[in-house]
Amino acid sequence: MPILSVNKLTKSFGGLTAVSNVNMELEQGELVGLIGPNGAGKTTLFNLLTGVYVPSSGTITLTKDGKSKPIHGLKPYTICKEGLARTFQNIRLFKDLTVLDNVRIAMNQNVKYGLASSFFHLPSHRKEEEKLLHDAIELLKIFKLDHKKDELAKNLPYGEQRHLEIARALATKPILLLLDEPAAGMNPAETAELTELIGWIREKFNLTILLIEHDMSLVMKICERIYVLDYGVVIANGTPEEIKNNKRVIEAYLGEEISNV
Amino acid sequence: MEQFLQQIVNGISLGSIYALIALGYTMVYGIIKLINFAHSDVYMLGAFVGYFCMTTLRLNFFLSLLASMAFCTVLGVVIEKVAYKPLRNSTRIAALITAIGVSLFLQYTTMAITGPDVRSYPAMSGFLAQSVSLGSIRITMQQIIILAVTIVLMVVLQFIVKKTRIGRAMRAVSLDQDAAELMGININATISFTFALGSALAGAAGILVGVYYNSINPLMGTLPGLKAFVAAVFGGIGLIPGAMIGGYFIGIVEVLVSGYGNSMYRDAVVFAILILILIIKPAGLLGKNVREKV
Amino acid sequence: MDKIRKNKTLMKLIYLVLTYAVVQVLISTGIITYYLQDILTTICINIILAVSLNLITGFTGQFSLGHAGFMSIGAYVCAIITLRMSTTFGFIIGAIAGAVAAALVGCLVGLPTLRLKGDYLAIATLGMSEIIRIIAVNLEITNGAAGLSSIPQFVNWVWLFVFTAGTILIISNFIRSSHGRACISVREDEIAAEAMGINSTRYKVIAFTMGAFFAGIAGALYASYFYVIKPDTFGFQKSIDVLIIVVFGGMGSLSGSVISAFVLALINTLLQSLAEVRMILYAVILVVIMIFRPQGLMGSKELSVSTLSKVGQIFQPRKGGDK
Repeated sequence: MPILSVNKLTKSFGGLTAVSNVNMELEQGELVGLIGPNGAGKTTLFNLLTGVYVPSSGTITLTKDGKSKPIHGLKPYTICKEGLARTFQNIRLFKDLTVLDNVRIAMNQNVKYGLASSFFHLPSHRKEEEKLLHDAIELLKIFKLDHKKDELAKNLPYGEQRHLEIARALATKPILLLLDEPAAGMNPAETAELTELIGWIREKFNLTILLIEHDMSLVMKICERIYVLDYGVVIANGTPEEIKNNKRVIEAYLGEEISNV
Repeated sequence: MEQFLQQIVNGISLGSIYALIALGYTMVYGIIKLINFAHSDVYMLGAFVGYFCMTTLRLNFFLSLLASMAFCTVLGVVIEKVAYKPLRNSTRIAALITAIGVSLFLQYTTMAITGPDVRSYPAMSGFLAQSVSLGSIRITMQQIIILAVTIVLMVVLQFIVKKTRIGRAMRAVSLDQDAAELMGININATISFTFALGSALAGAAGILVGVYYNSINPLMGTLPGLKAFVAAVFGGIGLIPGAMIGGYFIGIVEVLVSGYGNSMYRDAVVFAILILILIIKPAGLLGKNVREKV
Repeated sequence: MDKIRKNKTLMKLIYLVLTYAVVQVLISTGIITYYLQDILTTICINIILAVSLNLITGFTGQFSLGHAGFMSIGAYVCAIITLRMSTTFGFIIGAIAGAVAAALVGCLVGLPTLRLKGDYLAIATLGMSEIIRIIAVNLEITNGAAGLSSIPQFVNWVWLFVFTAGTILIISNFIRSSHGRACISVREDEIAAEAMGINSTRYKVIAFTMGAFFAGIAGALYASYFYVIKPDTFGFQKSIDVLIIVVFGGMGSLSGSVISAFVLALINTLLQSLAEVRMILYAVILVVIMIFRPQGLMGSKELSVSTLSKVGQIFQPRKGGDK
């Protein structure tokens, strides 16, 4: 049973169909790439999966602990609670908050104490907060950010902001992680390090990962399967080898190259 | 039925005044995204200047109208330059508080000069004091003047915004300030011009309200100002036709509620309509919802 | 770690008791006159209003212009109850009922309107408080525009202190909890917060309801201390006054709100003798502050017990030098 199954998903804005009849299946533990020329609808697809947009038609089904559940049309926070977390193409950290608070906020949904406890800082609040702090720091250690926990997110270097965004997404305890251009703006060395990190967190947190990326070296290196989107339509799907040699994919990309010149 | 038509006639007069004030709110909001709370006091000062012209200077109505529009134009530009321009890059709330500060300043300065008392407007004389009867509906000359002045001003405004160079600049700046600047549009001049236009209309509204209600005082601006703002939001803030439709709608509703329901509740009804429209269609009657890009 | 925390709590307690005792002594010895007591009460009520509005606007980022509406609900409910039950117990019931009523209205109004953003929400809340005011003008139980008078006076320094300190404590505890952080995340970036599992509507409504609750308390204190209330007491101007305290102190700084309530009361008192010129100067000061320090006195920083002790340390060496 696939962990995520997308069936005939369509989204149109007025007359423009940004995502059209997309079918997609992700198996537990897979690392899948989503590529395509600019404006192909990749981020729109992410926004549909995470509930930012409501699909015009089609279904999205998430399977967790053997139970399948439709998640299309649910609110973003509900989808997050179901186990789907994301990062953003144009980093959306809580810029004016500390690194630690960025992570702790993402842990909010699993906090067990109630409002009354927060008003009076009852023992249940203290116990949970200590655990929260401990978990947050453990998570930050993975990304080598623990020594910067009290810095404001906006003061981190760019690469570390990308890392913090992934750490924040992991803090929601997801089963499926969506990364929107995680290597954008990174140099080759940073990208190589990130590539390794993504592979590592997949093992460590038992994740399924879907990532949008323009850096082909990263995609070809770590993705087991690739979906190619063009004009909102899936034009190919297969292993990196198959995609490399796919005629339609080459055309789609060449087309873009020419129009960019 | 006749009573109803009479109410509609009254509502149109009141609505004209709201529409004129609402235009100032909506243009300023459209261009710098500021709820210009001081606008209601510019309009109050328009009423006072009109009063001064008609009593002390013994000018006729039309000259007084022009004088109060001219005064408010200057006032609006000065307010923008002194108080709002330094805050153009600060937070919205800081700008809003400044607007409130300017509003208080105008109210209490006026009060210090003229005293807090209510003054009654000079009675209209000559043909302005007459009225026309259509069947049993009575239309006073004042109401006709109010409507005529409003229509003339709106036509002029539409012409400026749609057909002139500066009007095109206004529309460009309200769409995208940075892009407009890159295209060589003088942002400061355009914003000043917007304030000038809006304030001129408020000056006209001020003198018309003096004529309509017969009394003025330094704190008279707040409530009609709020209602005019409601009118702007109702029609879709930032949109000139929206402010006109909103103004007439609010004016007519207010008169109908006073006429048929409980006049004590007429303001409550106006605000209830505001909340409803915000919940049902937050961008207003003519507005389009814009979603944040993710 | 635990010890530090206990120490901090102890320090806080000492400061609290000290503040209470010093003022109590000053009142008993007559150094704080009746006139000064009026000012003190106004300051305390303004602190409660500002701190609670700061929760809504400064911390959760929801722009409200209707705080006076909630205050008036608290004031009227408390007044109506104490007029019929003129005992301390009646006052407590009245204050709580007033706060709960305000919170209920806050919740009911908040649910649909909090979907609105920025200025739209501000205008909707402004409309809401105007509607509350107009209802108060028209109802019989509120005695219309004349308002209620000879409301039994129960509020003294003890009650003021308990309610003011309680409000600050609960709100500051709340924002230093996971729920409070969720509110702050809504202010920072609502879309990112939702993507991280934060139900933004829920937290907005919580902040709004809490803010309304404490505004209701402030209203109850007002009614019971000044024993006369009119619908116009709680007009648009009152909401603006509270907002000014919050912005002047710093959005997202509770200690800023407290300091600002004091400073503005001081300015107001000093200008009292100047009559109309007072409001003109007040307006000018407001504009000047916004132009030169738009982030307010404190920005979003807090004055904490540890900064207080740092201030204390500055004075210590001098003591040593004197010897």
